[in-house]
Amino acid sequence: MDATVSPPSASPLVVMKDISIAFGGIKAVDRASLDLFPGEVVGLLGHNGAGKSTLIKILSGAYKRDAGEILVDGAPVAIDNPRDAKKFGIETIYQTLALADNVDAASNLYLGRELLTRWGTLDDAAMESQARKVMGRLNPNFRRFKDPVSSLSGGQRQSVAIARAIHFNARILIMDEPTAALGPQETAQVGELIKQLKAEGIGIFLISHDIHDVFDLADRIVVMKNGQVVGSARVQDVTKDEVLGMIILGKCPPGATPGLGAMQ
Amino acid sequence: MSVATSNAPATAASAPESTARRLLRQTEIDPRMIGMIFALMLIWVGFDVYGGIVNGFAAFLTPRNLFNIFVQTASVAVMTTGMVLVIVTRQIDLSVGSILGFTGMVVGVTQVYWLPHIFGVDSPMIWITAVVLAIAFGALIGGFQGWIIAYLGVPSFIVTLGGQLVWRGAAWWVARGETIAPLDDRFSLIGGGSAGSIGFWASWGLCVVGIIAFAAAILAGRGRRQRFGFPLRPVWAEVFVGCLGAAALIWLTWIFNAYNWPTMIAKHYAETHHITEPPGGLKIPYGYAIPVLMAFATGLAMTFLAKRTRFGRYIYAIGGNPEAAALAGVNTKRIVMLVFALMGALAGISACIDSARLDSATNALGQFDELYVIAAAVIGGTSLAGGVGSIYGAMLGALVMQSLQSGMVLIGVDSAVQQMVVGLVLVVAVYLDTIYRQKVK
Repeated sequence: MDATVSPPSASPLVVMKDISIAFGGIKAVDRASLDLFPGEVVGLLGHNGAGKSTLIKILSGAYKRDAGEILVDGAPVAIDNPRDAKKFGIETIYQTLALADNVDAASNLYLGRELLTRWGTLDDAAMESQARKVMGRLNPNFRRFKDPVSSLSGGQRQSVAIARAIHFNARILIMDEPTAALGPQETAQVGELIKQLKAEGIGIFLISHDIHDVFDLADRIVVMKNGQVVGSARVQDVTKDEVLGMIILGKCPPGATPGLGAMQ
Repeated sequence: MSVATSNAPATAASAPESTARRLLRQTEIDPRMIGMIFALMLIWVGFDVYGGIVNGFAAFLTPRNLFNIFVQTASVAVMTTGMVLVIVTRQIDLSVGSILGFTGMVVGVTQVYWLPHIFGVDSPMIWITAVVLAIAFGALIGGFQGWIIAYLGVPSFIVTLGGQLVWRGAAWWVARGETIAPLDDRFSLIGGGSAGSIGFWASWGLCVVGIIAFAAAILAGRGRRQRFGFPLRPVWAEVFVGCLGAAALIWLTWIFNAYNWPTMIAKHYAETHHITEPPGGLKIPYGYAIPVLMAFATGLAMTFLAKRTRFGRYIYAIGGNPEAAALAGVNTKRIVMLVFALMGALAGISACIDSARLDSATNALGQFDELYVIAAAVIGGTSLAGGVGSIYGAMLGALVMQSLQSGMVLIGVDSAVQQMVVGLVLVVAVYLDTIYRQKVK
């Protein structure tokens, strides 16, 4: 894994600097900083309510930050809504999958980016054709292109959500608990997919509760607690127990770079 | 495990199935539509048979009655196409009847008091301006309410409940409660009636055009699927659907052409046009009534909007999962506002139909229409939970409601009982739909 990690000289794909957001006086994210390099998987860990999902939703445009800066390819960018984020190649697989349950897979795949005929009407046939291609790669057994996604199984729904994120040439992929609804076999498939995307040079933020998953897949981990970054470390520099200490106690081990939230 | 689940329906389908089931699957006809048409037939035949046995006069399945039912359905049918989309986005609009009343007064007053001064009496610009004004006012009012709902976050139930009172009051206020009559002659054609129908040959002409367009749509759809190598419907299924559609159109045209002008009007027409009357009197068929054609056109346009445009796709996506639509980059607030504007514009069209039909504008125009419009949408299979509903279903729902009411009038049911029956039918229809949905799942 170490050989494939980008050298420090490569410029980061995305940098989030001193990001803060508050909801009704509660600081959900407090001066948190993150970065991500091409072909790198960064695991974001923390308890429920640690602020990891909120931080990532700021990057995907779902929330608007109160303070801080986001740089893509070194240039500061304004991300005020999901459309802006997609413009910069930032795609997200949400924990809830964020699918419109009443429409079919192709419509979900292209939601917000529909293919149009030359008369400006929806080109459903073209969208279905593309959907068949991309789904054929992800989940070759998928046949139910005419059914609303509400009638699909958890794994099939997940593959629709993943297909949507990777189909539009994502450069930065955010995966929020991508395996929460999956069985062991499908979880392994997602793991394979992450390795494949990584090899293509896509940067991935992986949010997970499962510390074992993260250790298997990530190059680096960042731990959050109470809205602040406890610390970050390359996976080979820390043990699982040390990371647990970071998550539970906010104690930063010697192998990690401490953040604002590290216990003094 | 995804292998097993995705293959399950396919294996079920290859098992022996009943002919009816296979017919439905291969023709891809919505079973719910079959159910609605079946219910409609039941109502029609039921009232006809009942009238024949009990009253000694089967008046329901006559061209005259069916003609009138279609004309009377037009106004609610136009509005319900918009209500479907409102309900699909998980909203409700209780103000459509009052918007209809207000815009009806506006078109009445402008064409009687103002426009003749601008264009001169009898100018064709009068009716055009009046219709444009009605649609524009309706869209503005609906859009304003939609803005409050989408951008200020006030629930649509409250905003449109308030709107119901506001615009009904405003309708009175436009002319201090006066009835405005008579309206412009050309404008009155929108309401139907003997002059407001297109006649025998034009109706058959439209019928032929309709059949050709239907066939072309089937062929185009098939061609598109073929180009991408998708599974096609069997040819017999395509032909079957095509013949079914053509038969329905021919039957409808025949009904509209089988109803003739009243003898005295035909006599008068013969005299003024120096036609010698044949023995038994001159028979002049009505043909398609203009309000019915307007309802058809609205239905087609709205179906196109809902199925073939981004706007329509977003409406359904918002109804299915508003958060997901927003995360996918859909401007959900703008879409919701526009849906209400569209609803208002349709209420404006219906205001033209209703006032033209009465040849007058009164401030009670469209009272309680919101209830019929919502009921039609719901009977037509629109789910109040959002995300589900079809334009043609709602229009069929409007026809079912109007048929029930007309039928009860024909067999002499008390008006109080009529209301009770319509109310009960609404509840039973939704109950049946709920059972159907559970079974499908």
